[in-house]
Amino acid sequence: MSGLEDLIQVLAFPFMQRAAAAGVLIAVMCALLGVFVVQRRLSFLGDGLAHAAFGGMGIGAFVIVSSGALAQGGALLRNPLWVAVPFALLTGLGIAWVRDRTELSSDTAIGVFFAVSVALGVLFFSRISPDANIGVNVMDLLFGSILAVRTTELTIIAVVAVIATTLLLALWGRLAYATFDDELARTDGVRSRLLEYLLFGLAAVVITVSATVVGIILMAAYLVIPAAAARIWARSMASMTLIAVVIGVSTTLAGVALSYLFDLPTGSAIILTQALVFVVAAFTQRR
Amino acid sequence: MSSAARTDEGAQRVASAAPQRRVPVLHVHNVGVRFGDAQVLDDVSFDLDEGQFLAIVGPNGAGKSTLVKVALGLLRPQRGHAALFGRDAGDVPERIGYVPQLKTFDRTFPATAVELVVTGLRRSWPARPSRREREQAHAALAQVGAETLVDRPLSRLSGGELQRVYLARAVAREPAFVLLDEPATGVDYLAEHDLYDLLERYQARTGATVAMVTHDLAAARYHASRVLVLNRRVFGFGLPGDVLCDACLQEAYGHVGHAHVPHTHRHALR
Repeated sequence: MSGLEDLIQVLAFPFMQRAAAAGVLIAVMCALLGVFVVQRRLSFLGDGLAHAAFGGMGIGAFVIVSSGALAQGGALLRNPLWVAVPFALLTGLGIAWVRDRTELSSDTAIGVFFAVSVALGVLFFSRISPDANIGVNVMDLLFGSILAVRTTELTIIAVVAVIATTLLLALWGRLAYATFDDELARTDGVRSRLLEYLLFGLAAVVITVSATVVGIILMAAYLVIPAAAARIWARSMASMTLIAVVIGVSTTLAGVALSYLFDLPTGSAIILTQALVFVVAAFTQRR
Repeated sequence: MSSAARTDEGAQRVASAAPQRRVPVLHVHNVGVRFGDAQVLDDVSFDLDEGQFLAIVGPNGAGKSTLVKVALGLLRPQRGHAALFGRDAGDVPERIGYVPQLKTFDRTFPATAVELVVTGLRRSWPARPSRREREQAHAALAQVGAETLVDRPLSRLSGGELQRVYLARAVAREPAFVLLDEPATGVDYLAEHDLYDLLERYQARTGATVAMVTHDLAAARYHASRVLVLNRRVFGFGLPGDVLCDACLQEAYGHVGHAHVPHTHRHALR
């Protein structure tokens, strides 16, 4: 049996379908966000918020174990994401607030929240008994486990994807204008400060639900590489957005396929496929 | 004489005794702005009437750009207020064409000239300009002699070309008030003069009011109908010949003696 036939056959498996669906949804959300993240020079934001997700998952897992929700609740209730998402949202808004209210640069503000989040995550995970089944594997959280995505997680990702995609497309024109020139956009009545808070909040939620599948360590690349490669090829913000989505979706599907065919870690396969596209883009850049 | 006629005559006398003052395009009243310990603007007041061409001059750090931000409603002063067309600054974006300083321009942003001009029409970034928007943008670019730049990436434009595209963007919706913040920075002598010519032609055609921050005292004297000399507070406001005088400039710029006024500006004093 050829590799292709093998791949087609394995796509019939529900776990593979869930992985592909989750990957495509995450790719679309991250690409739509990524173009603004890259153009606003906020590439470190992906790392910062992914680590906020780690802190939030640690707190969430601790709350679940301590409250006994693990024994009583259903799979949805037992998910640490219920704590991780609001925690990351507060972190995202906190970073935006520090940027807004102080003269600190973005990377400094993100770096502070990054460190505090990791410290909180390590602290709370260390307080949980190694025997406790907390519904989340720390290694999976760090390095990703897209093939192990469950229906509960896929449902959460789908809901977030619908909300985030709708908001980002509806606000695209104003976000792009404020990204081009914040002051110019404000003279035209664009509420750029509110948009920035919204962008950081959306990024926090999208990154948190995505990081549980893609992995915290690899999350930033998912946000940055497709948009960066797209920037090299694009002549307009609209084409950059479209190209970023195409790169994100195609490299995700290719990465999942390659990981199955060559028995590779899926997260790594996706990111390395994206990196390959970036290298091709860099070498074919028109000067 | 009928009572109606007497009433009309009376009304006319009242009208002529207290003529109705037209609402100034830009009304700045007792504006004070402080950043921390630094008083950037102090008790700044002036009115700019319809059809005037105002040059705002002053040394570096005089608060010229801060005043522009107050006028645009981007910055709320701690004291006083600014009004555009009799309304709160910031409430009438559709009547303002703003040309920012070129140094704020981000060359990494993927954009073409036509897209930037269309932002002046729809007040958001266009994913894909419509045919009508392209035609309007093309007409605005033609007005400033930049129609050949329509599909050129902004990152490949020279300072002078970029300035024309920004001006096309500002005038695309035919605003009644055009505000420019140091439009000549980073452009050569010819491009600077082209810019002033374009502004004057636009003003002659539409009757618009223009306000411009500039360091070029000669340009202020030659092109402006009103000059505001600013250094945190108002050192002079009026006709260029009255305001751009030796004493007024030396007081505002803090120099003692004529020799300290930049050589290129001396002819503006005469």
